[in-house]
Amino acid sequence: MAHRISGFIKYLPLVLLLSISFNTLSQEISSDEAVVAEGQTLFDANCKSCHRVKSKLIGPALAGVYDRAPSMDWIKAFIRNSSAVIASGDDYANKIYEENGKTLMTSFTSFSDDQIMAIMAYVKAEAEKPDEVVAAADGGAGGGGAGVPTGYLNAILVGMVIILVLLLVILGLIINALKRYLDQKDLSEDDKEIVHSPFTIGSIMQSPGFVFLVVFLVASIAFKTAIDGLFAIGVQQGYAPKQPIAFSHEVHAGQYEIECIYCHTGAMKAKSANIPSPNICMNCHTQIRNGTITGESEIAKIVAAYENNTPIEWVRVHNLPDLAYFNHSQHVNVAGVECQTCHGPIEEMDVVRQYSLLTMGWCIDCHRKTDVNTKGNEYYDNLLELHNNKAMKVEDIGGLECAKCHY
Amino acid sequence: MSNTKKTYWKGLPQLKNDPAFVKHADKEFVDLGVEDDPRHSRRDFLKMMGFSVAAASLAACEAPIRKAIPYAHKPVDVDPSIPNYYASSYVNGGDYCSIVVKTREGRPIKIEGNSLSKVTNGGTSAQVEASVLSLYDNYRLRGPKKDADSVAWEDLDKEVIAKLSEISAAGGQIRIVSNTILSPSTKAVIEQFKAKYPTTEHVQYDQVSYYGMLKANEASYGTAFIPSYDFSKAKTIVSVGADFLGTWLSPIEFAKQYGSTREVSEEKREMSRHYQFESNLSLTGANADYRSMIRPSQVGLVVAQLYNSIAEKAGSATISGGIDKVAHLSKAADELWANRGNSLVVCGSNDRAVQVLVNGINEMLGNYGSTIMPSKPVHFRQGNDEAMASLISDIEGKRIGATIFYSCNPVYDHPMGDKLGAALKNVSLTISTAYAEDETASMSTYKAPEHHYLESWNDVEPKASSYSLSQPAITPIFKTRQAQESLMKWSGLEGDYFSFVKDNWNKWFYESQGGAMDPQSFWDKCLYDGVLEIGSADTPAYTFAGDVNAAAAAISSTYKANNTGYELVIFESYGVGNGSQANNPLLHELPDPITKAVWDHYVTISQKDAAALGVDNDAEGRTQLLSIAVGGKTIKLPALVQPGQMPGTIGMALGYGRTKVGIVAENLGVNAYGFVSMVNGSLNYNVTAGVTPTVTDEAFQLAQTQIHQTYMGRGNVIQESVLSEFKKDAGAGREYPKITKWEEKVAPGEVSLWKGHEYNNHHWAMSIDLNSCTGCGACIVACNVENNVALVGKQEVINRREMHWLRIDRYYSSDAEDISDYEQLEHASENPEVVFQPMLCQHCNNAPCETVCPVAATTHSTEGLNQMTYNRCIGTRYCANNCPYKVRRFNWFKYHDNQQFYQANPAMNTDLGRMVLNPDVTVRSRGVMEKCSFCVQRIQSGKLTAKRERRKVKDGEVVTACQASCTTGAIVFGDINDADSKISKLLQIERNPSRPNSVDKKIGNPRAYTVLEEIGVKPNIFYLTKIKNKEKSNA
Repeated sequence: MAHRISGFIKYLPLVLLLSISFNTLSQEISSDEAVVAEGQTLFDANCKSCHRVKSKLIGPALAGVYDRAPSMDWIKAFIRNSSAVIASGDDYANKIYEENGKTLMTSFTSFSDDQIMAIMAYVKAEAEKPDEVVAAADGGAGGGGAGVPTGYLNAILVGMVIILVLLLVILGLIINALKRYLDQKDLSEDDKEIVHSPFTIGSIMQSPGFVFLVVFLVASIAFKTAIDGLFAIGVQQGYAPKQPIAFSHEVHAGQYEIECIYCHTGAMKAKSANIPSPNICMNCHTQIRNGTITGESEIAKIVAAYENNTPIEWVRVHNLPDLAYFNHSQHVNVAGVECQTCHGPIEEMDVVRQYSLLTMGWCIDCHRKTDVNTKGNEYYDNLLELHNNKAMKVEDIGGLECAKCHY
Repeated sequence: MSNTKKTYWKGLPQLKNDPAFVKHADKEFVDLGVEDDPRHSRRDFLKMMGFSVAAASLAACEAPIRKAIPYAHKPVDVDPSIPNYYASSYVNGGDYCSIVVKTREGRPIKIEGNSLSKVTNGGTSAQVEASVLSLYDNYRLRGPKKDADSVAWEDLDKEVIAKLSEISAAGGQIRIVSNTILSPSTKAVIEQFKAKYPTTEHVQYDQVSYYGMLKANEASYGTAFIPSYDFSKAKTIVSVGADFLGTWLSPIEFAKQYGSTREVSEEKREMSRHYQFESNLSLTGANADYRSMIRPSQVGLVVAQLYNSIAEKAGSATISGGIDKVAHLSKAADELWANRGNSLVVCGSNDRAVQVLVNGINEMLGNYGSTIMPSKPVHFRQGNDEAMASLISDIEGKRIGATIFYSCNPVYDHPMGDKLGAALKNVSLTISTAYAEDETASMSTYKAPEHHYLESWNDVEPKASSYSLSQPAITPIFKTRQAQESLMKWSGLEGDYFSFVKDNWNKWFYESQGGAMDPQSFWDKCLYDGVLEIGSADTPAYTFAGDVNAAAAAISSTYKANNTGYELVIFESYGVGNGSQANNPLLHELPDPITKAVWDHYVTISQKDAAALGVDNDAEGRTQLLSIAVGGKTIKLPALVQPGQMPGTIGMALGYGRTKVGIVAENLGVNAYGFVSMVNGSLNYNVTAGVTPTVTDEAFQLAQTQIHQTYMGRGNVIQESVLSEFKKDAGAGREYPKITKWEEKVAPGEVSLWKGHEYNNHHWAMSIDLNSCTGCGACIVACNVENNVALVGKQEVINRREMHWLRIDRYYSSDAEDISDYEQLEHASENPEVVFQPMLCQHCNNAPCETVCPVAATTHSTEGLNQMTYNRCIGTRYCANNCPYKVRRFNWFKYHDNQQFYQANPAMNTDLGRMVLNPDVTVRSRGVMEKCSFCVQRIQSGKLTAKRERRKVKDGEVVTACQASCTTGAIVFGDINDADSKISKLLQIERNPSRPNSVDKKIGNPRAYTVLEEIGVKPNIFYLTKIKNKEKSNA
């Protein structure tokens, strides 16, 4: 027994060597779901701004990188410090450096081996998925069956209008028929006058009922408009000012799926989410000088600001009054609220507009409805215990108190 | 009586019944119609006004366009809205404090103490806290100037170098004049300058001189030095005129040490005993257990008497002289002797003879090596009075070719400043490196303004082998240049001062660190910590060789036991200090800890003298100007009647009477430096002869924040006892009010209309130890800066409208025997005991203010805070009326962006000043109430950090501004729901097992009480009883 184990150990290095030499690199990559999920998080946060799995963006498409690259160690070294690998004279590194327009990849020195392997796992899993376009098309066709189609609703409405008009015509005919019938009878002058009374617009207009109705309607509308107007003072919902640079979130966040916090660096750690400084823009735009919509003109402005060290004066879209304290990290980091919850479908906006009301009522409303994200957060342990480990609303833990936002 | 009915008429029209007359006949005022301007009627005006109001409101609906401007190149370590902290050093002449500077978006907004420092141990003072506003002083020079014209640095350098070379080549004398320089690198720069221009000499002077002490130590031990003192080891402390908690030598350090000897608890029932002999009631005297009043002309004799008493016990030879009628002096001597080796005698006199005797006393007591450490000399005061005096006579005698005033202002703050100013025209080259155009700079040809210390690199050696660094916390705001760099430029040195300091540190200290890290890491660590302690070299044994008999002879010729005339005592005030920060309104509006006066220069006189002179202060601070003739000069200042002032003495603060200082303090008061004279080769801050005060009939009103002097026997506001009682019962001095119910008497907390709040997560509370609180006022300034508290100026303080969220109530004791005689109780005794009590919003759990607010603008939080919501407040002021502690402040005016408050409140009225505002705290507008928020912004930020890191809040993570500034640690703040927190342990919190989170927690600490407990408002602020270490008979 002992002999057999020692014999096995003796051959172990050989076995390992063989397994590395005679298999492609991709064999090491895990397909475990948890690892893939971790990889996706890392990929989205760090790689996505320059890389896609199946298409080239700033950097090459990553699908198959585990097969193309010389070794997994090479990949790790390159991710951690690409310039060093290139400088070392490595053939493959220099080749892809040339191929990609001599753009240096950002160094991710803090990545552990496991993290890099997790990213590879995600890339591999993604690369092996069937094409998404087909899947999306299937999904679209399948979704059509649910609910009442809007076409039917219109048809029903039109039908009802026709029926009502027909009813009017029928009523008119009945009135005429009745008049004729009464004319054939002997009627007193008074009765005749009633039957043939001139039913003019003027008489309707002067009828007290009509006057009351009109006055009531006008007053109500005026009142409602005034109240709405007063409530809307300072509310800038829909505010979409022209910006000094025609930056499109639709292109960056929508089309290229760049994570919000890649540019808005403060959202996870600070009160303000931060409008990115041009040096962040230049991470990509050192290479990309030709925009999707505006060509070279707008990107040139960023380059100019960067090179001349002149700050860009963006117009603030979301303005809270100074008396209200709002902290992004509390909501984005601690509570895990999606940016879109307050900022709307920002990835569809070519020009950013204020999506939400940003009034106190709007804040309070959300604090009443939203469950506190206590998952994995020791801070809330006491409170959870007191609430018998049931979900609690922000309101329940003092989220409506004045000094949470006003001080 | 006539029955003839006569008719009278006013004139022909009435007689003729003219229709025009008849029309107006019944009207008292005849309306003749608009004649002057028929085009516009009053109605038109109203219409126009209505329209413009409507138009303006409509226009206001449209929000203004606001810009968001990110950095062009964001610095790696600056994130908008995240504060950065930089360790640095506050240096102002010889004043030193190791600090941590809080910056937001690259602007320093708050200063706190650096707890890593072995010198100041995280302590601060009001002046240190306020210095952040001096950075944004509008009076600062914007760039270099020649006479009145702006010049470029290159041109200035060229001209200065040419002139210096010319003077040096011709053998002309060059002088660099400065205050004490604590920086070894700056001294090295000056040496380089001297090498380049060999006729240069460096003269140091101090605004408040300690030259007598230096000379006394030279006479006693052979070297001119000032030793370190360690009050923490002293069981008996005797101070003769040294205000070591307020202004003497190194007050922050001493307050920390002193505070540690004053702390008592159930476990530690010992504390130091402190005797003070002084003329003015100083902050230190107010904290003393025994305080005796003496005249300045008796100081030498008191010290001689003490010397003799100790010498008798020690069996040493006694000296001639002494005074035997001073109260407590022999008792002090007995206790000093009993605690020899653990006692300390200090003296504030600048007379070398007196200081030689003080050295002799401490020598006999064996205090050297325990409470006095000659092996660790301090460098705070190196000024040489004689050198400065001879420099001024040299300038007068036209023997000096060039003078560089290195960031000092001797024309104002040297006793011979007038002479110096008049003689400066004799010097062909005068340069000032001061950062503002002060009295000296305005008389100098070249102004080469230096950075503010928060913009500068520097190193500091406050004590032998204790070092610290200064680093810039902001990019220089103006075109200024470090004074050291100017000297380097003029002496032809390449490079900047930063590299110079860094190279020096590498050279001086890196080697001695044993190479544990590389030079860059070593430098980074020093910069991060802000301080560096290196092992001190062994110092030679000091043997006392002072000639006490010669000193005694000198004393008996100078001092008199029975002087009868008035004497003038000149001292540094706690606010403006020596006057170098006189343009800082935070310091002017800081109430003096003792007099509680703000914004004014006054003289303090005793109640007895006031009666003799016929002057009185009424409750509104109304007084008369006193005309005081001293020597040949006569000045006029208002008189403030001060209990505890030695009769026959007049106290006058330095730091006022500046003429070139900026709008805040220009021409405020009188320059008292002029009364300081040279006696026995050092400056003497007392005038003992030829002082004649007379009352003028000119009225004056002082602004005082506290007019009630005593607490009128309300035992539960201040609860105090003496140590001997405390030893028997830790609850000594406590009062336990009871509420009468229909059948029994119960504690007030047990009767309540309310069920009591439940604080499920946090329950914030504060404890204030009245025994550790020295009343210094650093917390007030810290609170002002942290919470954007508006400064309101003198008149508004007179109107009782100061905005301070935190005040320190100062109570004197009364002589009254009968505590039901309120008339008597109101009057403070001649030499009263003093108690300080910081008073701020008590965050009552049953808050009276909350129940009366008609709009629910003040509400209670689930964490025990009494919240104030400014935007909800409509200004009824019901809450302030219903507050039993009177801590709510109302914004009677809009204090920001208001020309009316430009002088008093530049922080909210100038673009430069606004940079100091804390962006996390709203600037309040007119018509709303405000008050202490328990620094809710810091609580929220501490909680958020914990949440982001997915953990609980750590104790000590949330620190209020007042707590952070408190040098003695009297203020403790924390979560009493956390059983392990410091405050829970201090107050010995016991939770109610059935309702563990309710407000009704049992406070186990027998010293802890709440103010006005009987009204049952259940505050979240607890005070610990004041314990004085004195005999019971005097209690």
